[in-house]
Amino acid sequence: MPAPKRQLLSGDEAIALAARDAGVALGTGYPGTPSTEILERFSELGGLGQWSPNEKVALEVAIGAAFAGARAMATMKHVGLNVAADPLFTVAYTGVSGGLVVISADDPGMASSQNEQDNRRYAVAASVPMLEPSDSQEAYDFLLAAFEISERWKLPVVLRATTRVCHSYTVVQPRGPGGTAKAPKFERDIRARVMIPANARPAHKRLRQKLAEIGEWNETCSLNRVVPGDKKLGIITSGISFMHAREAAPEASVLKLGFTHPLPMKKIAAFVKSVKRCLVIEEGDPYLVEAIRAAGIKVEGKAEMYRFGELSVPRVRRILNNDITPELAQLAGKPPQLCDACQYRLVFEALRQRDCIVAGDIGCYTLGVLKPFEAMDSCVCMGASLGVGLGLRHVLPLEQARRVVSIIGDSTFVHSGISGLVEMVYNPPPSGHVLIILDNGTTAMTGHQEHPGTGRKLNHQPTNKLVLEDLARSLGVKRVHVVEPRVGSNEFERTLDECLASNELCVIIARRPCILIVKRLRELEQSECEKKEGPCAAG
Amino acid sequence: MRGRLINVVVAGLGGQGVLKASDILADAALRAGFDVKKSEIKGMSQRGGSVTSDVRFGQIVLSPMVPPGEADYLLVLEPTQVDPHKHYLKPDGMLITPDAVDAGKLPNKKTLNVALLGALSVHLPLPEAGWLEALREGFPAEFFDANHQAFLAGRAGQSQKK
Repeated sequence: MPAPKRQLLSGDEAIALAARDAGVALGTGYPGTPSTEILERFSELGGLGQWSPNEKVALEVAIGAAFAGARAMATMKHVGLNVAADPLFTVAYTGVSGGLVVISADDPGMASSQNEQDNRRYAVAASVPMLEPSDSQEAYDFLLAAFEISERWKLPVVLRATTRVCHSYTVVQPRGPGGTAKAPKFERDIRARVMIPANARPAHKRLRQKLAEIGEWNETCSLNRVVPGDKKLGIITSGISFMHAREAAPEASVLKLGFTHPLPMKKIAAFVKSVKRCLVIEEGDPYLVEAIRAAGIKVEGKAEMYRFGELSVPRVRRILNNDITPELAQLAGKPPQLCDACQYRLVFEALRQRDCIVAGDIGCYTLGVLKPFEAMDSCVCMGASLGVGLGLRHVLPLEQARRVVSIIGDSTFVHSGISGLVEMVYNPPPSGHVLIILDNGTTAMTGHQEHPGTGRKLNHQPTNKLVLEDLARSLGVKRVHVVEPRVGSNEFERTLDECLASNELCVIIARRPCILIVKRLRELEQSECEKKEGPCAAG
Repeated sequence: MRGRLINVVVAGLGGQGVLKASDILADAALRAGFDVKKSEIKGMSQRGGSVTSDVRFGQIVLSPMVPPGEADYLLVLEPTQVDPHKHYLKPDGMLITPDAVDAGKLPNKKTLNVALLGALSVHLPLPEAGWLEALREGFPAEFFDANHQAFLAGRAGQSQKK
């Protein structure tokens, strides 16, 4: 077979290609910038990629596959790992039979996120190995390495990338598909897999013992390397910061860490000793610098101002020069907004006119907070609109409580709004509550992915469909309305007024396909129809 | 030391084909044998917000982002996006705007991105054949003729100025 061609790939695409080449049997995830394209590309390459309702379920499905001896990966954005943290912490105890890699795509600078948490902390907290690629070639190579490490120590491994790695295109030389994947087979191991306290106590000790061994192995691991240079300045760095640092200080000696938990402290100590001045250049939290200092090694870190936002070549130059003068504010570009023909414009206009107190959620519709609507009063995390709205209703004076609504998109509702709806039914506020589900039939913000409510799988093939109104009714909500928000109709406004005045528990499903998917939807429906019944009329 | 690095910033609004233009440029550079990196912030691009894409090529490229003040070329598809991005240009850098092409010579409005690449191509050390291959593979086959025409219109605009 000829060697595969050099390609210009994004970090996400490189991870997908590596997953295909590594024989990953199942890739799971929930869409989230900047991780979304990994599973989409993996599926295009012929891999089995599935969207789950949320990241917790995605990781659990991947764990099951890895318990069966297969290679599995779960992909998510940084905040998705908060949702999946519960299984992550304990699968570290149980270990896995096949390889399991959790891909955490962090978003320093918040190009499209609600916070800029640094998920390297999760590797430490959950006691799992972590790799950090710096470009697409490493994204490819490190995923393969992550599976080898996972299988060697039978532990889940976190591959932590960032927006600039996920979304930058750099040259990749793939190795091509390698080896044959093990055939999945169930092997009973109750003491390892069933985490009752009697089994979990020895499992915790086993985990720490493995981690100590991995730390020792990491001292000579080729994923960490020294770029020799001038001994006057040494830089310790990882991830995308390596690229910025090399460009900002081409003469410096650099210790580039690719395997960043557990850290190779002896290697770090030797490097620090070999240079006159040693600086740690890292984006986000001072994770490396704190760990290195805690080991009694003296290094310089960055000033607090560089904790915020992405690093760049100019910012690394400033860090190297100890420059803490204020940075020039750049002219803002045009911010995104709700599309001109978006049906949600009408919804937010109605909420604004009624001076509603709006507990919002995460998706395109969060843009309802911007002018001219300014019709959102909170946005915390996926699904929070339900709980926050209910909390407001419970304690506010009645005349204010009656104006509280929760608003959430269809994909976000399925992700983590359902348990909030159960809470609404279980602990109804005295004034009732109004939940608006904006059902545009897609996960729009992240680029129009399918979800359980669309009735189509990741690859757009039909599957069972979750019907939101049936679900709400089955949970015990008496007033469930399905309306189509559109210009020239006041149905939505009328329904909203009735619900707000009712003092009851209400769910309004404002349903109309996102204008950006209408064409694709028509094509899909036509081809599905033709499969069943022969030629069908378009539209 | 490691050869000259060429920095290009492409800017515009969501839906204008900024990312497609930078894809084509990066592909043309890869075909010419250069190391290439292309970086952009996506996520909000379909909501009409500003979209910027950085393309860097040379013998070795390190950071994928063009530092402000270091762009050799700034390609802007929408006049309102000149101001927010002109700080990327180096003092003797070249700004290429829609004025660089005769709009009447474009097969349609959507090919403006490719026409501006044509204008840019006059100044870059990338063979025309590689550009055309990149255009051929970067779009569905039926768009090639229109894109080819737009690319040539962009080139013609620059040659006249020279």
